[in-house]
Amino acid sequence: MAGPSAGPDRDRLSWYEASARQRLDALLDPGSFTEALGPEERRMSPHLPLFDLPRAFDDGIVVGTGTLDGRPVYVAAQEGRFMGGAFGEVHGGKLVGLLRAAVEGRPAAVLLLLDTGGVRLQEANAGETAIAEAMRAITEVRAAGVPVVGLIGGRAGCFGGGGLIAGTCSRLAVSEGGRISVSGPEVIETNKGAEEFDSKDRALVWRTMGGKHRRLIGGADAFCDDTIASFRAAALSLIADAPAFDLDTLMAEQARLRERIERFGECRDGTEIWARLGVNDPDAVPSLDTRAFDETVARIGEAAHDAR
Amino acid sequence: MTLAEILASLFPGGHAVAVTDGLVSGDGPFEGGRLRVIGIDGDTPLGVEGALDLAGHVLDAVRAGDRAPILVAVDSDSQRMSRRDELLGLNECLAHLAKALLLADRHGHPTVGLLYGHSAAGAFIATALATRVLAALPGAAPSVMDLPSVARVTKLPLETLQEMAHSTPVFAPGLDNMLAMGAVHAVLDPDTALGPQIRDLIAALPERDERDRLGRERGGRPVAQAVAEVVAGQVRGG
Repeated sequence: MAGPSAGPDRDRLSWYEASARQRLDALLDPGSFTEALGPEERRMSPHLPLFDLPRAFDDGIVVGTGTLDGRPVYVAAQEGRFMGGAFGEVHGGKLVGLLRAAVEGRPAAVLLLLDTGGVRLQEANAGETAIAEAMRAITEVRAAGVPVVGLIGGRAGCFGGGGLIAGTCSRLAVSEGGRISVSGPEVIETNKGAEEFDSKDRALVWRTMGGKHRRLIGGADAFCDDTIASFRAAALSLIADAPAFDLDTLMAEQARLRERIERFGECRDGTEIWARLGVNDPDAVPSLDTRAFDETVARIGEAAHDAR
Repeated sequence: MTLAEILASLFPGGHAVAVTDGLVSGDGPFEGGRLRVIGIDGDTPLGVEGALDLAGHVLDAVRAGDRAPILVAVDSDSQRMSRRDELLGLNECLAHLAKALLLADRHGHPTVGLLYGHSAAGAFIATALATRVLAALPGAAPSVMDLPSVARVTKLPLETLQEMAHSTPVFAPGLDNMLAMGAVHAVLDPDTALGPQIRDLIAALPERDERDRLGRERGGRPVAQAVAEVVAGQVRGG
């Protein structure tokens, strides 16, 4: 068995391609993960049968405890391949239960491996309410001094209420494949037309809500390679650097977001924002590798505005 | 009820609450102190600027340190759906507003939502659903997604969904359904003065987040509370 610093698949495994369970197994110290309300308990959605839809024994989210570099952490990982990782009643209840336990349990951190299209429409009202409960619980966890770190790089992205949960975390790590937004590309196109947002234009999607854009404007705190090892390293460094949940932090966030809108409010495209940030060759940003991208981030400084 | 009627009922002696571009802010005399009001009127979508404007008022209240209650009056559209809003980080702005309200709550400001019209999706989560207790007036119309959109995504006929909505509150829009979820705590009586009703809500603020308990008792979310408790118990026990 490999030692705690080198999980067997950590360096090779693609975060994007991995399942929720694979991500947790490789992210945490080997063998340290203990699942709560695991699939053997078959706590499935009571609502999906109404729609003649298949259910999952874990309702698309894996929650539990483990260690990261020897320190206790609570973890939740959404399975983007089951109903787009969307929030239903059981799914949401598992996340809320984990967060509430963290207020008293005081782990070194709570890690949220977000991979979600938002609310599960077949259980929309339950999902929406659960998201509100989760956000309240996250602020309680943070106020108890426990960092809540979001890790985003899955195939479902982080959309809808998932985007609001991301914005409630103490810190966020994101990879190229991670997309964070409220209205997804298809939702905007459906409601406002293809001239407002052409959801098939993949490059436009990345420039508007992709990991690099979020990192450049300070919407995420670390940019990762698409490996579990890279997310693990980011999580460890972000835990050590998490802001308090207090008035000072929110005042600083208010100023940070106001300044962003003043500076970039007229920009029509991500490349225009990156140019105003001082990126020399904005058109080259999408093709930069992680190291070159991190050097760019370090040069422009905006991403260091990180109150959240 | 319209916002003007609500404000007249809350503040019979007058108030200083104004609406600008669909955003509500101000205050009025209340129970020997004052009641701060923020909100969204006229089915207005909530975009990056609006979210920050409202959050600014809430943070001003926290900074004032007066522990005055904050009423969040909502008749909104969903979040503003645009390329520009997402480009500028709408998720951060909406989360920031919700966090401001949750912080105010922690600092001793009773936060009360008052849903008097429509609200949906991200705008609903960032405002009304971020309060300690959410009340509604008859005629309020919360939704996550309208049924035609649900029909498109689920590929089920609209008529089938309308039929299914009779037997479960879990997916269809409507005040009764959000009441059943426990998301809306109570429906107020529009024919009697609102001030005392809001006062009573504040006097009986739940200590903890009780929405999942209400959802179980009302049958709308039969399992959420039990699931959360089992997970919390196993996590703490492990």
